[in-house]
Amino acid sequence: MLEERHRQLGLTDDEYARILERLGRAPNDVELAMLSLMWSEHCGYKHSRRLLRRLPTEGPHLLLGPGENAGAVDVGGGLAVAFKVESHNHPSAVEPFQGAATGVGGILRDVFAVGARPIAVLDSLRFGEPAASERSRYLLDRAVAGIGHYGNSIGVPTVGGEIYFEHSYEQNCLVNAMCLGLAQHERLIRSAAAGPGNVVVLLGALTGRDGIGGASVLASAELVGGEGDDQDKRPSVQIGDPFSEKKLLECCLELLDRELLVSLQDLGAAGLTSAASEMASAGGVGLTIDLCQIPLREPDMEPFEIMVSESQERMLCVARPECVGALLDVCERWEVLATTIGCVTSGDRLQVTHRAHVVADLPVRVLIDDCPLYDLRPEPPSSDLYGAPSASLMGGESPAGTLLALLRSANLASRRPVFEQYDPVVQSRTVRRPDEADAAVLVLGGRGSDSTAIAVSIDGNGRRVACDPRRGAAEAVYECAANLACVGAEPLGLTNCLNFGNPEKPHVAWQLTEAVEGLAEACEALGVPVVGGNVSLYNEAPSGPIFPTPVVGMVGKLPDGARAGRLGFARAGDAIALVGPFEPSLVGSELAKLRGQAPVGELPAVDAGRLRIVHQAVRARVRSGAFRSAHDIAEGGVTVALAECCIAGGLGASVRLPNGLDPFGEAPGRAFIVSGPIEALAGFVVIGEVGGEVLAIEGVLELAVSELRDARDAGLAEWV
Amino acid sequence: MKFGIVRFPGSCDDVDALQAAARVGDAVLLWHADHDLQGVEAVIVPGGFSYGDYLRVGAIARFAPVMAEVEEFAREGGLVLGICNGFQVLCEAGLLPGALLTNVSLKFIFRQVDVEVVRGEGAFTGACEAGDRLSIPVKHTTGRFYAPEAELDRLEAAGQVLLRYAPGHNPNGSLRDIAGVSNKQGNVFGLMPHPEHAVDLLTGSADGLKIFESMRAHVEQHVLA
Repeated sequence: MLEERHRQLGLTDDEYARILERLGRAPNDVELAMLSLMWSEHCGYKHSRRLLRRLPTEGPHLLLGPGENAGAVDVGGGLAVAFKVESHNHPSAVEPFQGAATGVGGILRDVFAVGARPIAVLDSLRFGEPAASERSRYLLDRAVAGIGHYGNSIGVPTVGGEIYFEHSYEQNCLVNAMCLGLAQHERLIRSAAAGPGNVVVLLGALTGRDGIGGASVLASAELVGGEGDDQDKRPSVQIGDPFSEKKLLECCLELLDRELLVSLQDLGAAGLTSAASEMASAGGVGLTIDLCQIPLREPDMEPFEIMVSESQERMLCVARPECVGALLDVCERWEVLATTIGCVTSGDRLQVTHRAHVVADLPVRVLIDDCPLYDLRPEPPSSDLYGAPSASLMGGESPAGTLLALLRSANLASRRPVFEQYDPVVQSRTVRRPDEADAAVLVLGGRGSDSTAIAVSIDGNGRRVACDPRRGAAEAVYECAANLACVGAEPLGLTNCLNFGNPEKPHVAWQLTEAVEGLAEACEALGVPVVGGNVSLYNEAPSGPIFPTPVVGMVGKLPDGARAGRLGFARAGDAIALVGPFEPSLVGSELAKLRGQAPVGELPAVDAGRLRIVHQAVRARVRSGAFRSAHDIAEGGVTVALAECCIAGGLGASVRLPNGLDPFGEAPGRAFIVSGPIEALAGFVVIGEVGGEVLAIEGVLELAVSELRDARDAGLAEWV
Repeated sequence: MKFGIVRFPGSCDDVDALQAAARVGDAVLLWHADHDLQGVEAVIVPGGFSYGDYLRVGAIARFAPVMAEVEEFAREGGLVLGICNGFQVLCEAGLLPGALLTNVSLKFIFRQVDVEVVRGEGAFTGACEAGDRLSIPVKHTTGRFYAPEAELDRLEAAGQVLLRYAPGHNPNGSLRDIAGVSNKQGNVFGLMPHPEHAVDLLTGSADGLKIFESMRAHVEQHVLA
């Protein structure tokens, strides 16, 4: 009977045999439930861990690297910024409001688990085509509402993000949330349990039956698709309560301020099982847990349910026995439930008791280190994986008509209808809000301190990665760095979320391998380390995998927030320059998509050394104020970039493009549209001048800025 | 002068209000469970989601222990400013007229809006001129000011409407574009826009500082003098 049970829990026969061998006996039901989760793809990174070793994780600013709840970089002045991006894709596909909300809640906990106060959230979202799919419109509407519900209610600003719509995400939407937190260096805390005899305390919400098996059944398997069987997975989606988390957050930060904790860990995927075994593993100690102590929402919960519940808004901490009284007092003041549930032992076992019976007794090593790691068997696909999208442009349009169509398209239209549902200003740090600049900018200090600021951007373009996984993934890194350059920020580190299909399929394995190689090359070229991240696999429906979608979130620093760059043209009479090597093509472009072309072909090559120099040049001139605006040329090419500069600044421009430049070709991350006094642009390719109320590109098009704005505003407003 | 900012479980803009008030005076946080206003000369009930906004916005906070002291303080003429959720709490407590309903969009909305000063006098807008336009953000789901027609007439006639959304800027469907109202005595004021998020050009606008400056000037002239 057990043999069947392991399959129900998502373990293969080989994996079950490995468990028998490592334990020297058969696991009981509780142990099997725990092992099935810890050995799931979501928790164990079975198919990606070996690959991820390729990513560079060293850098001069690095304070916490991969393996902690969140990574952290030094931002000077004794301050650290912790950050991480994580996916909540499958829950959001099943129940978008709670799926997205608890995605935000989970990433917030990851950040305050390292002792940092969350100061910003960004989101990266992918859905099917809104015009064609009612389901995608529903998912968009509810996921955005869920993100807003959680972030707004907890008082953490949502400062940026990105959304793309492609048919390949029809069944598997992507909801990736990134959080940044701020802490004094010495306040950063690790998750490693330490000190046998120390007490294990569970903080926060009651433990209920929600999210049972979320990491295995939901996150580590393909969705069936449609409104069919996936609806049965709804009970595996957790329910979020931002008010509980707000109290938990303030409570944990006060506990750290008072130095009452030895270590802290959030309860996420696989709940108590994962939190306890990871804390024990990191500390090289054992833990005992008494399930009878755990406050339950439903009194008749089985031991395995208690161990794997993914009830939200819970944290696990270790404290010295003499601190427990003070700890409980702080929790009572914040109305946060706190219960001693076990202790740290000198052994190497996670022992779980229930009504005086030992219900699980496992070596921590088996839970964490013995999880099998698989080598991928990558093979390039023999045929095109993704079909051609339906065409909305037939090819005979004028350049003006093409530009308006691009601005109106779901992928390029104004995101205002979405970001107006998020609070971007709470905590009073936000110097650049969405639509004001290519990256969000937040000042670190309070009033009266210096105005050192950080900038953050999140990016990833699955269609381009589908064309060319290696170069497409690298472009996500380059574009984030370009976004930071536009506000004057120097990259310090990045986090990534790798959203892919089923890695057991050779073509998906190939996409994943190539993309990781591309990310690694780009990180090395720019000298930016990966501080941590997340992998989401099995994003696949019967119709095929999603576009391979590595999402990159990059954090940088600038010396003076008051001088952060803006994207809009600022002053009539300023000259406009095209900065950077720019040899765009239509492969993988938005225009190619609108014309109904499949995502195939080689993306333009990158001279990474030169690109780094160009980014430095832009950064320096934004900081000095020589450039009054800076905007990277991304989707839709130079023409869309110019239109965006005009719309954001409320000013027109007269431009002559260099000979032979495709007005809609793309090569993201390489080049910029900047403006400033003509003398400040010496040495750059001046292509025009700011002024008037019309965007005029010689020999290409002439359109009123108001017309551009109307087109861009209309695109998404229709669907949100 | 000293401002006190109430902190409920679920308050989000409490520290923002504290920092904004600290630009014009001293400022302390007041814990929701304490019956103690710490001798402050003005109270700010800040924005956020007090008690999760469960049941009905502001409905639980209004019964917090500290609110008994705030109500007493208000009855004695002390200055009380309610911002966003604080406005909702003060309406629930009966300290301000009208009620706040769900936005016509039924959605949370963040937007930088212009509000016009209706009265350039009194404790909260004394540092402004009538007709001044202030650029201040709003962020709420439940911000549509409502009162019966006769009550609206009475509020306008009595000079209790202090701020209106500028033409085209009403973000939520508030009746008669009302963005902020005071009580009859003029010592309690609630508004949906967030002046504490408009106190520094670095973060977008400094227009909201005038509300805090008005309060300081009033206290210095009428209370501390």
